[in-house]
Amino acid sequence: MSKSRSASLLDARILWPAVGGAFRKLDPRSLIRNPVMFVVAVVSVLTTVLLVKDAIAGSGQLGFSFQIVLWLWFTLLFANFAEAVAEGRGKAQADALRRTRTETQAKLITDGGKAYRTVPGHSLKVGDVVLVEAGDIIPSDGEVIEGVASVNEAAITGESAPVIRESGGDRSAVTGGTEVLSDWIRVRITAAAGSTFIDRMISLVEGAERKKTPNEIALNILLAGMTLIFVLATVTIPSFASYAGGSIPVVVLVALFVTLIPTTIGALLSAIGIAGMDRLVRFNVLAMSGRAVEAAGDVDTLLLDKTGTITLGNRQATGFHPVEGISAEALADAAQLASFADETPEGRSIVVLAKEKYGLRGREMESLHATFVPFTAQTRMSGVDHDGHSIRKGAIDAITAQADPAAAAALREVRSIADGIARTGGTPLAVMRDGRLLGVIELKDIVKGGIHERFTELRRMGIRTVMITGDNPMTAAAIAAEAGVDDFLAQATPEDKLNLIRAEQAKGKLVAMCGDGTNDAPALAQSDVGVAMNTGTVAAREAGNMVDLDSDPTKLIEIVEIGKQLLMTRGALTTFSIANDVAKYFAIIPAMFLAFYPQLGALNVMGLATPESAILSAIIFNALIIVALIPLALKGVRYRPVGAGALLGRNLLIYGLGGLIVPFVGIKAIDLAVTALGLV
Amino acid sequence: MTINGWIQILVFCGIIILLVRPLGGYMTAIFNGERTLLSPVLGPVERGLYRLAGTAEQEEQHWSTYAVSMLLFNLLGFLLLYLILRLQGSLPINPTGMANVPPELAFNTAVSFVTNTNWQNYGGETTMSYLSQMLGLTVQNFLSAATGIALAMALIRAFARKSTRTVGNFWVDMTRGTLYLLLPICIVMTLVLVSLGMPQTLGASVDVTTLEGAKQTIAIGPVASQTAIKMLGTNGGGFFNANAAHPFENPNAISNLIQMVAIFSIGAALTNVFGRMVGNERQGWAIFAAMGTLFLVGVAVCYWAEAAGNPLIHALGIDGGNMEGKEARFGTALSALFAVITTSASCGAVNAMHDSFTALGGMIPLINMMLGEIIIGGVGAGFYGILMFVVIAIFVAGLMVGRTPEYLGKKIEAKEVKMAMLAVLCLPLAMLGFAAVAVVLPTGVSSIANAGPHGFSEILYAYTSAAANNGSAFGGLSGNTPWYNVTLGIAMLMGRFLVIVPALAIAGSVAAKKTVPVSAGTFPTDGPLFVGLLTGVIVIVGGLTFFPALALGPVVEHLAITAGETF
Repeated sequence: MSKSRSASLLDARILWPAVGGAFRKLDPRSLIRNPVMFVVAVVSVLTTVLLVKDAIAGSGQLGFSFQIVLWLWFTLLFANFAEAVAEGRGKAQADALRRTRTETQAKLITDGGKAYRTVPGHSLKVGDVVLVEAGDIIPSDGEVIEGVASVNEAAITGESAPVIRESGGDRSAVTGGTEVLSDWIRVRITAAAGSTFIDRMISLVEGAERKKTPNEIALNILLAGMTLIFVLATVTIPSFASYAGGSIPVVVLVALFVTLIPTTIGALLSAIGIAGMDRLVRFNVLAMSGRAVEAAGDVDTLLLDKTGTITLGNRQATGFHPVEGISAEALADAAQLASFADETPEGRSIVVLAKEKYGLRGREMESLHATFVPFTAQTRMSGVDHDGHSIRKGAIDAITAQADPAAAAALREVRSIADGIARTGGTPLAVMRDGRLLGVIELKDIVKGGIHERFTELRRMGIRTVMITGDNPMTAAAIAAEAGVDDFLAQATPEDKLNLIRAEQAKGKLVAMCGDGTNDAPALAQSDVGVAMNTGTVAAREAGNMVDLDSDPTKLIEIVEIGKQLLMTRGALTTFSIANDVAKYFAIIPAMFLAFYPQLGALNVMGLATPESAILSAIIFNALIIVALIPLALKGVRYRPVGAGALLGRNLLIYGLGGLIVPFVGIKAIDLAVTALGLV
Repeated sequence: MTINGWIQILVFCGIIILLVRPLGGYMTAIFNGERTLLSPVLGPVERGLYRLAGTAEQEEQHWSTYAVSMLLFNLLGFLLLYLILRLQGSLPINPTGMANVPPELAFNTAVSFVTNTNWQNYGGETTMSYLSQMLGLTVQNFLSAATGIALAMALIRAFARKSTRTVGNFWVDMTRGTLYLLLPICIVMTLVLVSLGMPQTLGASVDVTTLEGAKQTIAIGPVASQTAIKMLGTNGGGFFNANAAHPFENPNAISNLIQMVAIFSIGAALTNVFGRMVGNERQGWAIFAAMGTLFLVGVAVCYWAEAAGNPLIHALGIDGGNMEGKEARFGTALSALFAVITTSASCGAVNAMHDSFTALGGMIPLINMMLGEIIIGGVGAGFYGILMFVVIAIFVAGLMVGRTPEYLGKKIEAKEVKMAMLAVLCLPLAMLGFAAVAVVLPTGVSSIANAGPHGFSEILYAYTSAAANNGSAFGGLSGNTPWYNVTLGIAMLMGRFLVIVPALAIAGSVAAKKTVPVSAGTFPTDGPLFVGLLTGVIVIVGGLTFFPALALGPVVEHLAITAGETF
């Protein structure tokens, strides 16, 4: 799973710089990005000016006003602090990455490939070809055009085991900053200096490129609208009060206003977004935009490749089915002999199964005077010739075509066994010795443990899973049933995949998939969430909007959960913030009007000590709740795959009803403390 | 409170619930252009009108064209009505010889009837000629109601459609709403009301000698026909100054019940039209349930407050409920029920004087209007109003299921949120904004009749009623002054068109969206959870804004009276 590459939630190395960051973010240019907090800043400045004026004139309740103004500034600083902490965690990762980005020398190939000259890495242009040998750092992102080498990619994946990079195929992409450990490769550069993968990664985790996501923009509009509504609610109060023959100090109006506007969510909104990206990064997935993370939460259909995601990498032999008159042991023996020299995983699994089931030991090929007959696309079979005997194993129709046509009964039997195996999702291989059919080896895809439960979970989340496989429909159906996916696409070509995505999207669904090959690129680009494997080709990595550094396709499921978590956290804190207002009204309104309408004291349901302590307590609560919720904003609300109705009911109870009740308790407690300390 | 009172309230609720499906089905058929019982008679008329107007049933409009058509039509309606009022002295059908209406009052009245508000700064029987009543006011009663219904239909269609640029045809919706819905029901209702003793005549006022031998002029006129549409179209402008408290405008308990049912019928049925059109009637019932919850709470509080009466009067040894300003034939239960109905819907007809209600009893009508009259609401207006709250509720809470919020498969994004906030914002702006100015202006304060918080409530009520397009008056406020005529007129325009245009913009944007299929991950919007959520958001987002104002008005008045203080 993921390797924790960032500090824990409350790390002093992040918290202390964040305190400084909180002050630096008082810069109006950075505040203006957040309408709610900008408004808080404006009224804080206003009340500070009024306070100074009063102090010079020596009028007003200076001590009380001073404390209100102080807490207004704290509200602002706490909001900045939340954002700085979230950014700090990304910065720590970016710094680690930056250390790997040392200046390299590149061996630029000249003279049509005959020679090279050494140039600085940053001078390389897209299209240049460089030679990278053992011990060299790959100077920039590129594609291997010749050779094969083992590469240490720990710099980006945190995984120290070397990986193979070779020309052609799906493992041709190399990343600048990684180190070639053995052999050599020629690399065509695909990224100019400053725009390499690591550069992009640094700016992503640092949040430098952070743009507001569509949902964040919509939420900001809502919050700005709510702020405007409360502007109306507060600016009309002085006039209403003057009708009643009273007047309200500006500082009290500002206190009411700031507690009413949605400061809690306003303060934490950007921290939530940054933390969402950060959670993905710690999961070793890089999202190219926040938009992609949000889209992940909305995914309706998940396309999963069968191999490696749903099943273990390769088929394995699970049984020997002899024909009438042949013992299972004899079949196993022949099958083992035919597979000794077969280095494919399937071949090895036959040897192992024969050993496990019948205790047949491995034998030396030389001692048997055997010669191996390799598999070819024409014969579609492999085997051995030894001591004048020939043993062959292979596809049913290929073997039966060569078998002795006289043994019609055996032929029929092999066919019926093979059909039975195919129906249950296995792959049958026929075995024949000297033209006589011995029986059938059953190969099976092994469905990963626990995957069935994962799909049930996804179904409860409302996500449909579709298995993509090159198998024939019958085999695909059997595996699909065993794994518990909702649908499958058999004998899938890249075009089929693309068409499937388009069809789903036409129905209004959002589709997520992962892929690594160049032929996956169109589908990756078409899908709403396309996760490219880091081991994949450059084309695939460019087409996707996320890159999985661990190249683990199962992660799609976690990516979806992280996307949902991000949206849920925003919703929960917005609901909480709005629900808080009820208590704040009950704290401030009676206190505000007490001087001229003492009857309104009946609304002081919390029994707050004095009007001043009531107002001060409300504003202190409003500021402290931001700090109290920073951990939740960074960790995110936990996602439970229980269906939307149950999830909403639960969250409404916690954040809606909780949001109504908590401030009543909190403000009362602060009021007791304020009174006990004699602050007003 | 009495059992009898509650039975009357529950009978009313029962009738409305029973009406929702049949009327909803009929309206769905009308607006889908399907054949109905009336098609053989009205079909040729309808097609003739389209030919005359140069439009066709199949012609569809983009939301902006729809909006421009609507605005243009309303502007012409306003100009026509304004001219009739200004010139009524020289126009026919004026047996009582009414003079021309002065400019500010004509502006206020014309805006008032075009916006479906029917705020009346005049006494009908002492200001308006029969021509003004029938050709001016009653016509606008029909057209403003049809406009509201048309708008609701455009929005409903938008949610039912997908990936399309059009939301319907304004002219077709107007024609169908008037021709098949409002006119037939009004004709039947007028006849029933006449049979219950309501006058319907073009004859002049009657001079009679009373039993004491005194001379009295009794105003009569085409009352029944105007009453029918005033209720059905949630207009509320009475023929007489005393509105539905006048015995000629509301003779008995049956006419009272018919009128109350008429106020709610179309608004309630629209929820069902919505459900049918989006293919799941439960969606409509969920919205109806949220409306119903708020309504019942309002009725309970109002009835309780009125039945409990005034402690200051109890102290004088007079027991019983608060009967000041109420008709003895209706009592506290039916007066409270009528008051809550008329302010839940944007009707504004009254059968008791709201000014005379207890502080809390009078606060309920005020709150109903402050919420934007989305509890059933004005015909059409209530429905598109509550959909604005639905958008906000879905957006706030929908995120909590971990998906981009969606309603009926339509993703709720920045544009919808922006427009919904705009619509929700304009009400406090008009209500609180104008009230804040009026309470500190001498010309504003001089119009009020009572000192202290009650006087404040009178001004607050006037602007709230105007901006919510209700039209009921708290009474006590002399509104026929240049200041109030003009500012109330502006408040009415804001409350009507600053909601309509954003609502249409949402319709346009929603119609163009794809429909996301429902899955287990979709937040269900047809269950009790959604009803609770919607109710909560309406109360917190729509209501909390007014908390300070309410605290300084009815709340402090109530607390003072309880403590035995007066102002």
